[in-house]
Formats: sequence, C-alpha cells, structure tokens
Amino acid sequence: MLYRETGQFKTSYSADQAVFPIRQDLVGIWLILAFMFLVVPFTFNDFWLNSIMIPTLIFALAAIGLNILTGYAGQLSLGTGGFMGCGAYACLKLTTFFPDLNIIIVILMSGFFAAAVGFIFGLPSLRIKGFYLAVATLASQFFLEWAFGRIAWLYNYADSGAIEVPTRRIFDIAITGPHASSMTRYLVVLSIVVVLTWVASNLVRGRFGRSWMAVRDMDIAAELIGIRLLSTKLTAFSISSYYCGVAGAMMVFLWLGAAEVESFDINHSFLVLFMVIIGGLGSLLGAFLGAAFIWNLPILLRSAFGQTIDAASVEHISFMVVGALIIFFLIVEPHGFARMWQIAKEKLRLWPFPY
Amino acid sequence: MSALETFVDAADETLLAVEGVTLSFGGVQAIKDVSFDIKKGEIRAIIGPNGAGKTSMLNVINGFYHPQKGKITFKGNTRTDMRPHVAATQGISRTFQNVALFRGMSTLDNIMTGRTLKMTTNLFWHLFRFGPAEQEELEHREFVERIIDFLEIQHIRKTPVGRLPYGLQKRVELGRALAAQPDLLLLDEPMAGMNLEEKEDMSRFVIDVNDQFGTTIALIEHDMGVVMDLSNRVVVLDHGEKIADGTPDEVKSNQDVIDAYLGVAH
Repeated sequence: MLYRETGQFKTSYSADQAVFPIRQDLVGIWLILAFMFLVVPFTFNDFWLNSIMIPTLIFALAAIGLNILTGYAGQLSLGTGGFMGCGAYACLKLTTFFPDLNIIIVILMSGFFAAAVGFIFGLPSLRIKGFYLAVATLASQFFLEWAFGRIAWLYNYADSGAIEVPTRRIFDIAITGPHASSMTRYLVVLSIVVVLTWVASNLVRGRFGRSWMAVRDMDIAAELIGIRLLSTKLTAFSISSYYCGVAGAMMVFLWLGAAEVESFDINHSFLVLFMVIIGGLGSLLGAFLGAAFIWNLPILLRSAFGQTIDAASVEHISFMVVGALIIFFLIVEPHGFARMWQIAKEKLRLWPFPY
Repeated sequence: MSALETFVDAADETLLAVEGVTLSFGGVQAIKDVSFDIKKGEIRAIIGPNGAGKTSMLNVINGFYHPQKGKITFKGNTRTDMRPHVAATQGISRTFQNVALFRGMSTLDNIMTGRTLKMTTNLFWHLFRFGPAEQEELEHREFVERIIDFLEIQHIRKTPVGRLPYGLQKRVELGRALAAQPDLLLLDEPMAGMNLEEKEDMSRFVIDVNDQFGTTIALIEHDMGVVMDLSNRVVVLDHGEKIADGTPDEVKSNQDVIDAYLGVAH
C-alpha cells in the first residue's frame, strides 16, 4: 500500500533520469545509508564487522567491477583474482615508497595499476569472444599469480613471501595494520564502496554504459552506429579492473591485514563470478545481493550446525548446500536476485489490489 | 528562387555514387561490376529476387564488406575500403533485415545509443554525471523524445525492446537510425513480415522522414506495391548484376526485370 508512485509527476527529463525516480526508493536508500553509517559501527560487535560487514562490502565492490565487464560489456572474465592482487601489491609498493601519503588516497591510486594491467589483458578481446576470451583472461590470472609469487620486489622481499600490512594513520587514528579498530576500518571501507558505487551508477546510466550494453547485445549493430569496439571494450576492462584493484587493496589493507598469493587465486575469481551471476548480470544492486548471499551463507550454515557436528563436516555440508542453492536459484530465476527484487517491486505496486 | 527550384537543384546533386563495385566471397560472386548513384533527397529502392546481392550492396555502402574492385563516392569523398564506424561518422546509418536491436536495453536507451557519435564529453564528467555530461544527456534526451513522438512510441519508452512485438521493434530500429541524423539512411526490408496496417504505418514514416528531415533513403523491399509507391527511382539487381535502373514505371515495363522475377521459358 505504501509503495506507490501515484501523484509523483515528473516535469523534467533530469527527474525522469534519476537513479531512484520513485520517492519511496530514494527515502529507502537514505535510510539504509544512515543505518550503515550511524547505527552499524556503534552497535555491531567485532565479529560482525570483521567477518560479515567488511568482507561483504569488499566483495560487493569486486563484484561491481566484474559486473561492469561481464554484466554490462558482455566480456566474460576469469581474471578477477589477479586484478584484485594487482591492486593489493600496488598499494603495498605505493605506501612503501610514500609512507606519509594518506592511505585512502593510496588505496584509490592503486586501482590505476590494476586498470593498466586490465587494459593490457583486454587487448585480445577485440579478436576473441565468449569462452575463448574467458580462457585468455584465465591466462592473465595464472600469469599474475606467478608474478606475485616469484617477483620478491612486489612483496618487499619479506621472508614469508606475503604482504605484511604496515600501520598507517590519518590524524593519529590507525587506519591499517594491527592497531586499527574494526570500526574505523569498516567506516573507511563503507565510504569507499558507497562513493565508487555512486560513480559506477553514473557511468552505467550514461553514454559509456549504453555503449557497453550495445556491444554486449549486438556488437555488429553497435559498430555500424559508430561505437568503436576496441575502445569501448578497453574502457570496460580498465574501469572493471580499477574496481577489482581497489577491492583487492581494501581486502588486504582493511580486512585481512596480511595476504599471500593464495588470496588472489583462481578460486577468488570464481567466487566473484558466482556473486555476479547469482546477484544478477548487469545490475549494481545485484552485486551487493550476490556478495551478501555467497559470502554469508556458509557463515550462517556454520553457526546453525556449528555446535552439533565437527568442523570438517560443517565445511562439507556448507559446500553442498551453497552449491545446491546456487543451482536452485539459477533454475528459479536465471537473471539473479536483482531481477527477483524488480519483480517483487512490480508486484508491490499493485498490492493488495492487483487488477 | 522558389522552393520548387531549390528542390530540383537539390535533387540533381549526387549524394552517393557506386562505381564498378565487385564483391566476391571465395568463388561466389555476390556483386558483379555494379554502378548506380543516389541523388540527394530522393528515395532510392534497390530490388531484386532473393540472393540478388541487395543486402551485400548495403553492407558495401556502409563499410561492413570490402569490395575487391570499384569505388564508392559519398558526399564527394571517394574511398575503396573503410571501417563501419567511419561510415557512421560521415552520416550513413541503417536498419537491418532481421532486427538488430540491443535487446537488453529499453526503447529509450536504444535510441539514445544512436546519438553516441554526437556525444563528446569525456569520461571524467561522466564519472560524476556533473556539468557537461548531465547537460549533454538532457539535450540528447530532448532530441530522442522528438523522435519518439514522431514514431508514436511514447508508451513503450521504458520497455526493454526484447519484450516488444516485431512491428514495434522495427519502428524502434528506425528510430535508432534516425537518432544519428544521417544524410543517407539505408533501410533493409523495413516492412518484411508486417501486416497491411503495419506496412502502411511504416510507409508513412518513411515518407515523412524523407519529407520532414530531408533524409536521403536507400530502401530494399520485396513488396512491389510499396516500392513503386514510395520510391523516386529503382535499381534492380539479379544474380549480383544490375539489370535495370530508372523510375518505377520504366522498371515495371522492363522485360529483363519481368524475366528475373517470373522466370523465362528455356
């Protein structure tokens, strides 16, 4: 009954093109943001922040990155893990060279290195498509993994071969490293994710988003309209990798605190790909829903069974349940959670008197 | 100078000239040494039986196929080989025989993509959708809304085109081609598979486009009634060769054309 657009007349094109043209949606998103910024950091305990909120947000950002490439531009990629690694290692090198530079700026800058790498591995996309491109990006994944493991300069010649996150402070508040509180890290992650999501929504609604979708849906027609395929695909690769890079840098610096090559392996590429598919290809909301689902479901299952059976069995059960649920959702709604949400909203507009 | 004289003057100016174009795929000769011209402001029909090379001809004109021989002069620029997006930049746009819309996008977005070439603001402004980027979006939205009004598709503005019936999809595709404000519009069977009413609507749009925007149109169509009524001049292809060229009446009475369509007794 409350979800109605009756009486909300749009008198300008800019009002019609807004992200949330319906007032109830706009109010809703502000309420969610207020809750995330003002309530969550002060009421949720460390376990919730560290194991649920922070990783969900970080994976959501990586999923947005992959969604730009796969969901909007239609280029299948299995190199997400590698691009995330590029961001993480670039962040480590940058903060080593410039220890006094604001760490948030460093994290945002490290995405550009991932973008450059994504640009290079995007070059073959002009000639190869679909599954063949997936194989090419798989090659980039393995190459990058090899580079992270073998080039000692990248991890500052640490004996462990891992990234060790140094403590960085802004105004005497530790943001990264062992002294940083979960609340600070959560707020930094949330701010970065919110800003970058807003930027992504601007991009996909404008000329760039339309060009990406045109290339995805019918590349021949797109070319005949005057869209340059190579530059369109390369901007998609670069911007997508930027998002993955920032997500990777945040994953190591604001969540894990230390990372080895294994943190950026092919499993992470698949994990993010599943999030995108389950959430909904070509939807920013889907990236959040998919990340929340894939990341939190095993945690939920573990806490449900945790007391009664041993840890190894819980692990296996959660694998099976997650797998079964993925198949179930793909059969019920192949377009993912985002589409389900859309259908629910359409139903809600008529409820309780559908005619 | 009266309005009529201006029109006659404009009609004499050649917009596109195709000279001696030969196109073959391996051993198959799709087009054999075909020459014709399209004058500014006219509706030029290209007809012929199935497999005559009509669509190949359109593909040559907008740079999708590269002919082995011959040259194409458009607005005074001669070229033998070009990329499709260059043709688009020069002012050629087209529709396709089997609808080639962006199925996942709404009608509005589909037509907006037609404006891509007119949009110039860089990535930086688009990141924040601020200043010039927002301004540009609104300007082009206004233009696109005029096309939507013109084609009478206001009610499906926000509908994903994949869900639309065939006749409307054809109309949206015409809208996308018009959004680029082309000098030359190539229509590849715009009325294929339509019922009488839809054909009448589409014919009206084609005439109106030609009339109101002054767009030159090259049209491939199988419905002879439509072709004879709409076009100023007709070129007839058969087995990749040009067999007739002239006004609809001339073509209608040409023995070669009648033979090509009806067959000859051997």
